[in-house]
Amino acid sequence: MSEQPWSRAKGPFAVALGPPLLWLFGFFLVPMGIVWIYSLSETRGLTDVVFTGGFRNYLRTLDPLYLGVLWKSAWIAGATTLACLIAGFPVALAIAFAKGRAKTWLLILVMLPFWTNLLIRTYALMAVLRTEGLVNQAVGWLWTRAAHVLPLPAFEPLPLLHNNFAVVVGLIYVELPFMVLPLYAALDRLDRSLLEASMDLGAGRWRTLWEIAVPVALPGVVSGVIITFIPSLGSYLTPDLLGGPDSQMIANVIERQFKRANDWPFGSALSFMLMYLTFLALAAQGLWSRRRKA
Amino acid sequence: MSRAPLDYLSRWPMRLWLAGVGLFLYLPLGALVAFSFNDSRRNIVWRGFTLDWYGKTLSDEGLMGAFGNSLTIAAVATAISLVLGTLAAVALWRFRFPGKAGLEGALGLPIVAPEICMGVAMLVFFARVLPWPTELPWPLDLGNIIIAHVSFCFPFVAVVVRARLGTFDRAQEEAARDLGADDWRAFRDVLIPHMAPALAAGALLAFTLSLDDFVITFFTAGPDTVTFPVKVYSMVRFSLTPEVNAASTLLLVLTIALTTVAVRLQGAEGTRQVMDRT
Repeated sequence: MSEQPWSRAKGPFAVALGPPLLWLFGFFLVPMGIVWIYSLSETRGLTDVVFTGGFRNYLRTLDPLYLGVLWKSAWIAGATTLACLIAGFPVALAIAFAKGRAKTWLLILVMLPFWTNLLIRTYALMAVLRTEGLVNQAVGWLWTRAAHVLPLPAFEPLPLLHNNFAVVVGLIYVELPFMVLPLYAALDRLDRSLLEASMDLGAGRWRTLWEIAVPVALPGVVSGVIITFIPSLGSYLTPDLLGGPDSQMIANVIERQFKRANDWPFGSALSFMLMYLTFLALAAQGLWSRRRKA
Repeated sequence: MSRAPLDYLSRWPMRLWLAGVGLFLYLPLGALVAFSFNDSRRNIVWRGFTLDWYGKTLSDEGLMGAFGNSLTIAAVATAISLVLGTLAAVALWRFRFPGKAGLEGALGLPIVAPEICMGVAMLVFFARVLPWPTELPWPLDLGNIIIAHVSFCFPFVAVVVRARLGTFDRAQEEAARDLGADDWRAFRDVLIPHMAPALAAGALLAFTLSLDDFVITFFTAGPDTVTFPVKVYSMVRFSLTPEVNAASTLLLVLTIALTTVAVRLQGAEGTRQVMDRT
């Protein structure tokens, strides 16, 4: 028995599909649709929003000020993704080639931060990075030791918090598991005999890795890049808590439009710019994997 | 004897790299836990062991109230998400109907949509379409947050359950019917037992996602309803106090317990597959 045509069992079909469909429509698609309509509307007076169907709000998102924010968000997300890829690939490789209990433990160790509250993780990182934080204490301690033998100036705490650096570190901290897991999934499916053949033919360990494992793991790399880049691009909490005055990302600007600036139509347009970028990234991934299969 | 050629794990640069990543992931959390026992207001230098911060945290009505709100929201949102997600998964698995691909795509939207976009959508929705009365008695005043949480949790449950249904042998259901079971009996006695591990895993995932959410709650909640992440957020904005460390440690212990249960239920591999789809 394969899939049943819905018309043969209308009752069970309605019972099964009705509630989730209604919920999705009423409590997700309608709210998103309203924001979309708002993005094509204008504020008249203090609170009235009138639908005009114009693209003025979208044109405003292309203003150099907001284009700059968009660009900054993109490079922060890009730097995060690249760093996660570099840090995560060896970890994924190690997990894929680990055996038995070691594999399970490594997987759990990578996943546990994912299950940990985002706010707690961000707070933990703040305590480590701030002026009197652990990193500065450790560096300061080493510095003073070194100053006994070398003519060094007095130790100045490193500015590790409330700047773009902190935002990237915070995003790596949050997103790393999302990069490691798809990489691991792709490497785990890798046919080991390919690697052995490559080494039998005289390629070294690293050449084998680069020329066999990396190309085979490419789908994992692409999905890892996508699921790291998209949430980083739209992140709100990390730039808000770890960033400085010039670390505003697009989500922070959206929040400001909805809360303080009270320009909902413009905030809606920015929000949908983010949605369109997300769709674009997903479509690119879909296109890429389809072309690869063909 | 030489090492196996593919045993990358035994190479020292690899071990060093792993240790570095491990340190990066766990040093901040370790420091957070350690300083929750530190006998100093200023959280910088170790001054001795104390449990005072736990006492302060547990008697802090605002924090405990927020924690209770979070657990209530997570429990109710999980229950609703479990029902909706399972129904959606069964419908997609069982029936062929026009617009199926479109529905599958739409169901994936809450998973891929950036949190901030969903947050502002909920803000607008509850401001303009369904204003949520503020003076409702507890826990009804959490209703809008629960609705928002269900909207992003139940598609995850649907994905997990749908994956599990892929391994179901439909002949079992046919056998049940041949033996006289009606739709409901076949569903209850054959399909639900098969789905059970996925139901548990989906419930845990929904519970964690709900408990973890800050952004969507921040936009949905009125000024009077505070959840644990929102409360911690306002505390962190003011200053870093050991009280936050103690509260975080308590939640961390809860998270580890839940993760252990999830891993026991599904195995690490199964949990990984769930994440792979998100």
